[in-house]
Amino acid sequence: MALGWYLAVSVLIFCIGAGGVLVRRNPLVILLCLELMLNAANLALVTFARMHGGEAGQIFALIVMVVAACEVTVGLGLLVAISRRNLPIDVDELHELNG
Amino acid sequence: MSAVLFFIAAIVALVGAIGVVTLRNPLYAVLALVCHLVALAALFLLLRAEFVAAAQVVVYAGGVMVLYVFVVAYVGGGDEVAAGSSLRILGPMFAVALAIELFIAMLGTGLSGIKGKGAAYTLGFGNPEHIGKLFLTDYLFAFEVASLLLLVAAIGAIVLARRRRGLEEDETDFRAMRAAPRPAYTGTLAEAVGVRRVLEQLEQTGSATELMGGVPQDREMTPTVIGTRDAKEPSSAPGDDADSGEGGEG
Repeated sequence: MALGWYLAVSVLIFCIGAGGVLVRRNPLVILLCLELMLNAANLALVTFARMHGGEAGQIFALIVMVVAACEVTVGLGLLVAISRRNLPIDVDELHELNG
Repeated sequence: MSAVLFFIAAIVALVGAIGVVTLRNPLYAVLALVCHLVALAALFLLLRAEFVAAAQVVVYAGGVMVLYVFVVAYVGGGDEVAAGSSLRILGPMFAVALAIELFIAMLGTGLSGIKGKGAAYTLGFGNPEHIGKLFLTDYLFAFEVASLLLLVAAIGAIVLARRRRGLEEDETDFRAMRAAPRPAYTGTLAEAVGVRRVLEQLEQTGSATELMGGVPQDREMTPTVIGTRDAKEPSSAPGDDADSGEGGEG
């Protein structure tokens, strides 16, 4: 398979994730869509690593995975804190930072 | 063969991504993302990134998604209101515009490498040995920063998700529950661990009333009843006839 196909899949996944972040209002689903975008970037990085024959792209992909895990941890912690205070699980309602 | 595998994995990944965005129930969205991640791991394997694929399955599909499922079960945000804002229309338009732009950039690129099948395969490309060696030599700083980031994120999540109030209210509740009146010596758990004995000792010292909060009179009734019966019994012991008459009347 030509490597352009992998990049095409990566582009499509990234755009689906970006559209989901804009459309959905549940913060949990927004986090899921952020995961989609990060994974699309990972796929592009691994594709370029294959293209150049070096492993630096795979290292980057692993670091991105670590960053995504951190983001998920903090985001889900925020979500648990929100639901514990009985605030609405809706990003349109949560536009004020003072709680 | 690799083309067939690529198309299967790519279609599953795209369908999973669309499912994440469109499914209403967050739990189904999480499950769609699991399918997406597994398909993406297959794509990584086709790109000869073995270690990244294994990490994808173990860390993402195994660890992070379990965290998601637990939070979905905890929060339980089932029904979602449809967005009434203008982003409802603008969001997909933005996504399509972004896709068109990126496809133009990809098709018009000067990179000749993306039309080929990639560099020649060298033995051991992307296996854990090479990745680990690179992490501990060339990319040591990134590795250490990533570990520090993980530590900060773990502590931050604990701080964010902890209880704000502390344990004082729960402790008073537990005290009231422990001091609630029960029938004496009916084999409760509190007796088994000696709570009633401690309460009786406290009663003798007179400090039990403040422990028991609102229910001191029940406890004081039982000793008085026992005391009157004890006072009666010696008088009833010597003569049977008179005492039976008294008992019938009283």
